Amino acid sequence: MNINKNLGELTMAESVLTKEMKKVVIRFSGDSGDGMQLTGDMFSQSSGIAGNDLTTIPDYPAEIRAPQGSIGGVSSFQIQIGGTEIYTPGDTVDVLVAMNPAALAANLRFLKSGGTIIVDVDSFTSKNLKKADYESNPLDDKTLEEFQVIKAPATSMTKEALKDLGLETQATTRSKNMFALGLILYLFSRPLEKTIAFIENKFSKKPLLVEANKLALNAGYNFADSTELVVKSVFIPPAKLPKGTYRNIDGNKAIAWGLLAASENSGRKLSLSSYPITPASEILHELSARRDLGAIVFQAEDEIAAITAAIGASFSGNLSVTTTSGPGASLKSEAMGLAVISEIPLVIVNVQRAGPSTGLPTKTEQSDLNQALYGRHGEAPMVIMAASSPDDCFHFSYMAAKIALENVTPVMLLSDSYLASGTSPWRVPEKGELEGIKIPRFEGNPEDWQPYMRQPEFLNRYWMSPGDAGFEHRIGGLEKKEITGNLTYEPLNHEKMTKLREEKIDRLSAKLPKQEVIGATSGKLLVVGWGSTYGAINTAVTELMEDGEKDIGFTHFNYIKPLPENTEAIFKNYDQILVCELNNGQFVHYLRSIYPHFNYRQFNKIQGQPFFTSEIKAQIINQLSE
Amino acid sequence: METDIAKNGTPLTVKDFKSDQSVRWCPGCGDYMILAMMQKALTNMSPKKENTLCVSGIGCSSRITYYMDTYGIHSIHGRAIAVSTGAKLANPDLNVWTFTGDGDCMAIGGNHFIHACRRNIDLNIVIFNNKIYGMTKGQSSPTTPEGLKTKTAPEGSYENPFNIGEIAIGAGATFFARVPDNNPKMMEDVMMQAYNHKGTSVIEVLQNCVIFTDGIHEQITGKDTKDENQVILEQGKPILFGKEKEKGLKIDRMRIKKIAIEDEIGGSLVHDAEDPDALLHIALANMQYPDFPVAMGVIRKVATKSFEENVHGAIKAAKERSSFNTASDLFRSGNTWEVN
Repeated sequence: MNINKNLGELTMAESVLTKEMKKVVIRFSGDSGDGMQLTGDMFSQSSGIAGNDLTTIPDYPAEIRAPQGSIGGVSSFQIQIGGTEIYTPGDTVDVLVAMNPAALAANLRFLKSGGTIIVDVDSFTSKNLKKADYESNPLDDKTLEEFQVIKAPATSMTKEALKDLGLETQATTRSKNMFALGLILYLFSRPLEKTIAFIENKFSKKPLLVEANKLALNAGYNFADSTELVVKSVFIPPAKLPKGTYRNIDGNKAIAWGLLAASENSGRKLSLSSYPITPASEILHELSARRDLGAIVFQAEDEIAAITAAIGASFSGNLSVTTTSGPGASLKSEAMGLAVISEIPLVIVNVQRAGPSTGLPTKTEQSDLNQALYGRHGEAPMVIMAASSPDDCFHFSYMAAKIALENVTPVMLLSDSYLASGTSPWRVPEKGELEGIKIPRFEGNPEDWQPYMRQPEFLNRYWMSPGDAGFEHRIGGLEKKEITGNLTYEPLNHEKMTKLREEKIDRLSAKLPKQEVIGATSGKLLVVGWGSTYGAINTAVTELMEDGEKDIGFTHFNYIKPLPENTEAIFKNYDQILVCELNNGQFVHYLRSIYPHFNYRQFNKIQGQPFFTSEIKAQIINQLSE
Repeated sequence: METDIAKNGTPLTVKDFKSDQSVRWCPGCGDYMILAMMQKALTNMSPKKENTLCVSGIGCSSRITYYMDTYGIHSIHGRAIAVSTGAKLANPDLNVWTFTGDGDCMAIGGNHFIHACRRNIDLNIVIFNNKIYGMTKGQSSPTTPEGLKTKTAPEGSYENPFNIGEIAIGAGATFFARVPDNNPKMMEDVMMQAYNHKGTSVIEVLQNCVIFTDGIHEQITGKDTKDENQVILEQGKPILFGKEKEKGLKIDRMRIKKIAIEDEIGGSLVHDAEDPDALLHIALANMQYPDFPVAMGVIRKVATKSFEENVHGAIKAAKERSSFNTASDLFRSGNTWEVN
């Protein structure tokens, strides 16, 4: 094949790329060993610095090492960047980077008609084509007719650029991801300096690697420049974001960091007791690395030990947390009952995955809501919250800790696989910006105090711990006499305590922020979501409104139990309420049980995948025409 | 208030550790002795009352936390050790006592037990071994002897029982002691030794259940039989038993053998609980009636770093190495950008 002839060669389909764009979706894909996650991460960084808003999502094989070059071994990273607020990684893709035939085969279905494909043409060997089940080379036949194809000789040009470094072939080949990144940076009019600084920082202990990556990056950039790609470069204006220091963050790290902030602001040490489970383990990893900030991390022998150790740590007076996913939450449920009846502060994080049982352990779902609400023996109400974006995982883990500590109660925070691994820019809070956390300690004489005395407003106990002289007391799983906490089987006391524990949760709704509505505050249809679906639903509703639809409102729930005070007041203003969720209808069922008199409709997806904006739009349009 | 006394430096008394709850074990239950000796032993330990934590699981044994006027957690079945682990890690200054039974600890809580032993966290675990489920009324437990008739083994148990000491030491316990429930002096002494030992201390109490297994330890602990069937181990002393201390033990071809002292030129084995090698300790813990006298006292006590020391040492070292003083330093580190 004559490389020169093919350089930058384009087919004649009309491009979706224009000189200036409001938003663009790019998908980097390659073999697991091709470094696509790092490439994507670096491009995210560059986009943030350029002032764009963004959301990313990785998509990698469940197996640790799938066979090289196979479709099963393809690792992808999708990012949507924009000059407006970006809430999802995008339904369909404008630019697809495919480092081998398998990556092309696995990802072509995501590409818009007229989208741009950048391939490493060197990897389209007969052997690799065969692994990707291509009978003929898609670069030569009509497979890619409706797309713009940039055939970049990434492997050979990287080799050429790095030839004087004396690296082994494998190390040289590995740098081709930087070639691809250089090309993409050119395409989106980005200067190289910041990315070079990133490389220098990332590989600071390996100067040869820094050099190799820089050379490859430049080679890709220069290739794009010298071959004069038809779409020379795309400009995406900066988004209007609040002032401040930003960083890109994934949901699991944001949860870990929210807990660190809450620990600091409450003056209580942070204890984390967890057992490894996908997709929650990264919280355990991150806080294990945060011993440098004093985090006391315990990797327990099982899920039950994890939560019961967390109960012990809470009784000792620490901000105590256990993290898990659905199957682990099942194992913890008996101990949650102990936390509920003892009335101790405890944060339980469930990063949901698709179930039941092992289910689809790396895929997303919102199907543990029923478990969170009802999955305990006895009458065991608990505060339930749900985060709705990777970056707001910080806010909601902070709030979960705040409520647990201030109201001396267990709180469950729901996240999911989609939030856990997705990223979005997070504005670092300024000093004093986070709400303070005030622990209800009894300040008087111990003789005037009793273990189950309550503060009148929110019915919480006072929180006294070992070390507090004169406040020695016992907690436990047996029913307690109100106020004294002594054991009793008195029938009326049990009923009273059961109702007190419920009311304590209910009263919190007065403390919660009011539920807000986007769009029409009354009319034909209210779209309702909760947790991680915020991005897709919000984008769908916003786009429909931009298209002139005036009859829809949207409200999204982060506080599930209790619901915000004004929930009913919002619901009553609409003819229909469409509840969208990634399960078989658990939230709508809950809403029906509390406010049965509204006209509910439901839209459910149970495929282990997040909602596409297009699906929600179609559903809303359909609903409006009903 | 008792605490005022403590603050003034007046020694605490047994009364200071008695809660206002009435004790509700069956009359004659072995648990009373454990409670009394625990309250007595605590008066000699230096942590103040407010730094003493008692944790229990579920079962007759586990009611003890309600009777102790300390901080206490009566947790759920099998989990006392895990709860204690979290509490101790969170606050290493606490003097933590974990109370459990043979069902609670060796069946439903078995996993936590072996892992506590492996980690060597500084807990004092008192196992009330009456070889039966008492509170749930008479089912077989993991220490129920073969042949014993129970509600769940009406023809007699055909399961192989656990030996608690063998499992504890096998799992890495650095301290294991066994005491009968009718020897208050030994019990108090063993509790003090456990308190002074940094790491997981396991105390097995041969405790009599007057309802379901009354007399089950009688051959070992009874007045008339104990000299023959118990051997009390003391650090650095020859291991002797019998009415006149005329019998001893020796190792013969990797096995423990009983000997008559007068026949043996070398005398009996000398007990060394502090030997890191666990082989002989396991063998001693495994000695069973009627073939052997049952070993009592501290069988193993090996000094090594405890889990919480290691954890908090790692935290201290990480803090010293780190450039972050606050969470905000972390949040602003690495790859950030400014929006103006």
